[in-house]
Amino acid sequence: MEEKALKEIPQLSMEDFKSDQMVKWCPGCGDHAILSSVEKVFPQLGIRKEDFVVVSGIGCSSRFPYYMNTYGIHGIHGRATAIASGVKIANPDLSVWVITGDGDSMAIGGNHFIHVVRRNIDLNILLFNNRIYGLTKGQYSPTSPKGIITKTSPDGTFENPFNTGELVIGAQGSFFARAVDKNPKMMVKIMLEAAKHNGTSIVEILQNCVIFNNNTHELITSRETKDDNQIHLEHGKPMIFGKNKDKGLVCKGTKLEVVKIGENGITEDNLLIHNQYSEDPGVHNMLARMTPPFSPMAMGVIRSVKQDTYNDSLDEIIKVSKETSPLKTVDDLLTSGNIWEI
Amino acid sequence: MAKNKLVKEREDVVVRFAGDSGDGMQLIGSLFSDSTAFAGNDFATFPDYPSEIRAPQGTIAGVSGFQVHFGHTDIHTSGDKADVLIAMNPASLKANLIWTKSNGIIIVDSTTFVDKGIEKAGYDTNPLEDNSLTGYTIVNPPISKITIEAVKDLDISNKVALKSKNMFALGVVLYLFNRELDSVNEFFEEKFKSKPLIIEANKRVLKAGYLYAENVEAINPTYKVKPALLKKGLYRNITGNIATAWGLIAAAERSGRQLFLGSYPITPASEILQELSKHKQFSVKAFQAEDEIAGVCSTIGASYTGSLAVTSTSGPGLSLKSEAIGLAVMTELPLVVVNVQRGGPSTGMPTKSEQSDLMQALYGRSGESPCIVMAASSPSDCFYSAFEASKLAVEHMTPVILLTDGSIANGSEIFRIPKVASLDKINPPIVKANDPDYQPYKRDENKLSRPWALPGTEGLRHRLGGLEKENITGNVSQSPKNHQLMVELRDEKVERVANYIAEQKVIGDDSGDLLVVSWGGTYGVMLTAVEQLRKKGMDVNLAHFKYINPLPKNTGDVLSRYKHIVVCELNNGQFVHYLKSKFPHYTYERFNKIQGLPFMVAELEEKFKTIIEKNNK
Repeated sequence: MEEKALKEIPQLSMEDFKSDQMVKWCPGCGDHAILSSVEKVFPQLGIRKEDFVVVSGIGCSSRFPYYMNTYGIHGIHGRATAIASGVKIANPDLSVWVITGDGDSMAIGGNHFIHVVRRNIDLNILLFNNRIYGLTKGQYSPTSPKGIITKTSPDGTFENPFNTGELVIGAQGSFFARAVDKNPKMMVKIMLEAAKHNGTSIVEILQNCVIFNNNTHELITSRETKDDNQIHLEHGKPMIFGKNKDKGLVCKGTKLEVVKIGENGITEDNLLIHNQYSEDPGVHNMLARMTPPFSPMAMGVIRSVKQDTYNDSLDEIIKVSKETSPLKTVDDLLTSGNIWEI
Repeated sequence: MAKNKLVKEREDVVVRFAGDSGDGMQLIGSLFSDSTAFAGNDFATFPDYPSEIRAPQGTIAGVSGFQVHFGHTDIHTSGDKADVLIAMNPASLKANLIWTKSNGIIIVDSTTFVDKGIEKAGYDTNPLEDNSLTGYTIVNPPISKITIEAVKDLDISNKVALKSKNMFALGVVLYLFNRELDSVNEFFEEKFKSKPLIIEANKRVLKAGYLYAENVEAINPTYKVKPALLKKGLYRNITGNIATAWGLIAAAERSGRQLFLGSYPITPASEILQELSKHKQFSVKAFQAEDEIAGVCSTIGASYTGSLAVTSTSGPGLSLKSEAIGLAVMTELPLVVVNVQRGGPSTGMPTKSEQSDLMQALYGRSGESPCIVMAASSPSDCFYSAFEASKLAVEHMTPVILLTDGSIANGSEIFRIPKVASLDKINPPIVKANDPDYQPYKRDENKLSRPWALPGTEGLRHRLGGLEKENITGNVSQSPKNHQLMVELRDEKVERVANYIAEQKVIGDDSGDLLVVSWGGTYGVMLTAVEQLRKKGMDVNLAHFKYINPLPKNTGDVLSRYKHIVVCELNNGQFVHYLKSKFPHYTYERFNKIQGLPFMVAELEEKFKTIIEKNNK
């Protein structure tokens, strides 16, 4: 894959990106770790600190821009992707980051979310998925698992949740990755890949809401169960996971199946090799869909394909129009077509 | 055999073309307008089309119309009733007869006045035969039949041939007003470049109409309207929506900003998005968003980066944008919202015009949320209004809602083309890199506007947002006293715009008996009615408002100088309520029309006369 050409790297550090505002998330909230990962990523991108714009909507995660010493907009509920689209289309030289949550992007902002993905506007979208409404104090969200009891589902939800990855891929997404707040190293690595991707990058970060949905991602975060319930995908490598690195994924029909290496004659050679650059979204979709405890949660870059971005196409048309249009000045426009003199 | 030809002179004439919505009435209407321009007349036009794209053929629901009013004198409206009606089928005659003068000329296609067509239109008997049209001059060539006849030796089907029948009607009208066929023939050659058969067919049918009119006794006399006495200059015909789009492009040029439009198609505002989508050569970025909300939100994002940022919509779309406009009020970013009003509420009457979004523009947001509100007066004024809305938005760092309406958006009039360099310079308050005094909410002493610091600029990193901000620093603040201060500052900022706009003018005398008050797109008809009554010696004066919030500084003074005030608007009394709240000590009479139709000059004159008579009793 062709990556974005990086500018000459100015010497920046985490400190350059910390704002002077007090961080007001709950102690123990996953957001703290995400903030610190972003502060680590920005100085590594070779982008001037003035060229970052951080845009958010509403929700706990959306306070994020106030904590970053960059340009930023704390928008309105669900509209971060729409606001950020305007920022990026108007000025393609900016590195635009969207901070959003499961409610902000997939409930109230669902429409903008799928359309920004479809247009492949070069935004880096960090989607904090805690599967609950935190800022409004504990109602179910569009990613809450079926049956969950919350303030607005006292009898358990009976709605089907969205799977973020499937939604993104279904919306023609060119980049989808998944990370978890408890693994900052992985977050940093994935965010760096997202930043380099030319197009809309969606990074779903499984994040814990310590107050209203504590341990929602327990299976993939607790020391005892995490290795058997997540698989770290790496491009070109076989899909292996498990505490003892003895499990793998094979494709059976339209599904991925967990197999044990050494059992039934299975060797590493039988396992699927991850190809994040495959244009065909078939396997990416199957990977995105996997959910513990039936299969491991796919982590890492699931999909990263090259597509023209909105700005690539728009800027090309603008360039051609400037060269070919007979209207060179606004006066030419006003006097175009039928005019007469009196 | 040529008849003995009589030519009469007329000051002004109204021609109305009506037919099925597939009959090409809009096209011959605009071709006739072009011919009118070449004849040197002043003119204004208005299309009247149904909201259905193709309603059942031959029915009243499917009738599409186009009216042209032209004259030797100044023309400010598309005219009350038509002197000449072209009705291509029985339904269009039925729908438009009430818009035709009782002694008018009616040109119909008699081929269509057969049982089926008559029945579809809802007539019991054939109106051409039952004497119901007594008093009118009827010209009833079998247009469809002659059209097929005229092109029978060309290798085209009857179906294709009939597409040209509108040109027969145009030929008749061109003869009636002693016009040449050249400009229309040139149009065919340009339009159908690669289809010589179609060019030939259209030319023949146009000519056939012209020759028919020359020979038929019913068309005598013909008419001539002398060229208008217009100010020297270059002119063109322009609709309000195109003028709006061009005014925005001109404002981008004069402010040195890139133009960004975030919009979603909606009747009757879509042409603004369509037009701006065509002008990428000026770096115009017209973004067709997924909905109205994304339209305005992307615009706010673009504004943050320093674009002249505009969103266009119509009534229900403005409702969807309310929350985001509140964000622009809070972040104090420049934003132009063009609202082409239509009949509401809800989906209402999308293709009909109304002035019923005034309250929504003024107050339709949460919290204390003042915006500049202004309204364009006419199709060509949309150019200057869009330009000025842009200037006020960027110089005062605030959203501006510009109200136009379906009538002026789709209507056209002639436009004296300005030189772009002659337009005001627009000076955005952009902050220089590393300005040591920069603070996000530190305000300009006079305007109270905050500075515009653009992403990418060194030393000015800052965060904006919908949460209340501390004055000067722009940090999030929920302090009670700061909130009151900020609410007052945002209000005062908009109030002070009154120092930067023109004072309210009155057409007529400095003081007197009746002051007619109106606003927005009704200017042409109000002016015509008031001027006509003044010619008759009546003490009627006109204050037509363009600036609604803030009102011009002298508004109270203007209102105080007349014995009686009547506020005329195409809604149920929104501006009059607003004036009452600002200037409660005057008595206001009102004239409201809420029919999706424009005011008629005649009904206004009648109303004003009645008021004067009543008051002088």
